[in-house]
Amino acid sequence: MTGTDALPAYNFAYLDEQTKRMIRRAILKAIAIPGYQVPFASREMPMPYGWGTGGVQVTASVLGPDDVLKVIDQGADDTTNAVSIRAFFAKVADVATTTKTTEATIIQTRHRIPETPLEAGQILVYQVPIPEPLRFLEPRETETRVMHGLEEYGLMHVKLYEDIAQHGHIATTYAYPVKVEDRYVMDPSPVPKFDNPKMHCSPALQLFGAGREKRIYALPPFTDVVSLDFEDHPFAIQRFEAHCALCDARNVYLDEVVTDDRGGRMFVCSDTDHCETRRTEGHRGTGLPQTEGGETASTSREAAE
Amino acid sequence: MSTQPILSIRDLARRYGAFVACANISFDVWPGEVVAIVGESGSGKTTLLNCISGRMERSSGEVRYRMRDGRFPDLQDLSEAERRFLARTDWGFVHQNPADGLRMRVSAGANVGERLMAIGDRHYGNIRQTAADWLERVEIAAMRIDDKPVSFSGGMRQRLQIARNLVTHPRLIFMDEPTGGLDVSVQARVLDLLRMLVADLGLSVVIVTHDLAVARLLSQRMIVMKSGHVVEQGLTDRVLDDPRHPYTQLLVASIPEN
Ligand SMILES: Nc1ncnc2c1ncn2[C@@H]1O[C@H](COP(=O)(O)OP(=O)(O)O)[C@@H](O)[C@H]1O
Ligand SMILES: [Mg+2]
Repeated sequence: MTGTDALPAYNFAYLDEQTKRMIRRAILKAIAIPGYQVPFASREMPMPYGWGTGGVQVTASVLGPDDVLKVIDQGADDTTNAVSIRAFFAKVADVATTTKTTEATIIQTRHRIPETPLEAGQILVYQVPIPEPLRFLEPRETETRVMHGLEEYGLMHVKLYEDIAQHGHIATTYAYPVKVEDRYVMDPSPVPKFDNPKMHCSPALQLFGAGREKRIYALPPFTDVVSLDFEDHPFAIQRFEAHCALCDARNVYLDEVVTDDRGGRMFVCSDTDHCETRRTEGHRGTGLPQTEGGETASTSREAAE
Repeated sequence: MSTQPILSIRDLARRYGAFVACANISFDVWPGEVVAIVGESGSGKTTLLNCISGRMERSSGEVRYRMRDGRFPDLQDLSEAERRFLARTDWGFVHQNPADGLRMRVSAGANVGERLMAIGDRHYGNIRQTAADWLERVEIAAMRIDDKPVSFSGGMRQRLQIARNLVTHPRLIFMDEPTGGLDVSVQARVLDLLRMLVADLGLSVVIVTHDLAVARLLSQRMIVMKSGHVVEQGLTDRVLDDPRHPYTQLLVASIPEN
């Protein structure tokens, strides 16, 4: 049957079962030692590094035929990266996909944690570019490994000290380091620090995959995740003055988007699913026309990047 | 001076393959004492210092250190965690090249504050104040606190390295040619500062130098090495004024007249 077919025959979810078992073993180890970076034999994926190959391999290894997959990039389901990863899994695993946080069993993400609180049974898979939080000040891998082993984390505070010395406050706004279960210091990948509190004691399983760096780490459900800080400069999330111009949401992460070529701008939810859900519920922001038919006011996110 | 040594070395040897870099080394360091290890280049001084300070594994012999609680263990018998903790709290290490002992890409303040943060200090204001005080003690203007050492002169870098080591009030400092990389005009100022700090803080020091003038200025006792062996040791004044071993006599005779 395949003899005439020029296309290679893919296994379910692209990776062969052997590889998936290897990755699952790494994931299990990562879950057993929350925040610890487990090395794994990262495979070539049919997409370049930087496109989330680590996250894709983790997703491929935990995905089953009955799963419902959501993929977000910068909080949006409709960006190129999110669309192509979703299409990839729809093709190689034939799984159902969704943009709804509440319907998804697996959510692969770059940059955001959904605003809708996650629930038990859901898995959040992060695409991680640089897993090593100590890398910034200690480039030697042999040394960072010892530092993790001996819990020598003074360097993390050196970085925060530099922030305050230079900017008057801790200016790190994303990939903000956390301590996991009072043991390992972990880089939460490039999510905004706004999302750090959502990692703490989440009922969902959180898995982190770094393809190029060949590392997997995890936060099992209900894990303690504490953002590092100083007594006199305590951790604080970003505060937005504005409400979302489309759905009027407050206390959510907002993106500033350009609305026209005359310098018009507005703040809208970075989480597109959250925003759309609120609008279907009848919430309306000041950026929408006062008549019915809010759909016409949807902004072009691509143009904003 | 206390009646018990703070550091005790017995029959220490280090080989690189078949080559013996140092052997049969035994000496004690007493609290508040500065011991200089002198000898020509290649005589095994750096190897010895690195073996004593736990930066390099020795081939054989003992190195015992008096802990604050009075124990006197061989450093080899401590866990790696304990050794590293000692190294960043109770000890200091001043490298010849300041870049080896500093983080060149972070500010002077963070360089000094690092050890405080490493031992759990979590109050930014206190860390910064302590760093500023130490910069002043090593004669670096407080206004330079946010500058990176890359913008410092060689002498300033070396003084910063000293401050960075002293901030946790260590008891024992190792130095490897601390003024070796500096212009002669700058050396005197760093040496004066070292002499003052060592006396003020009552530090015990093991300093490696090929420069007998440095040994004369800083140390009370001297160990003369040649080809990996100690050829003479004794009080610095005695060794320099009345050298007994022919090699020491040669060394002393080669000091340029001041
Ligand atoms: N890593 C090494 N491998 C092999 N030989 C070494 C090494 N380090 C030093 N040596 C040799 O050991 C001897 C002593 O070196 P060193 O301890 O650096 O002396 P000093 O500090 O007195 O100049 C020299 O002959 C040197 O070439
Ligand atoms: Mg040397």
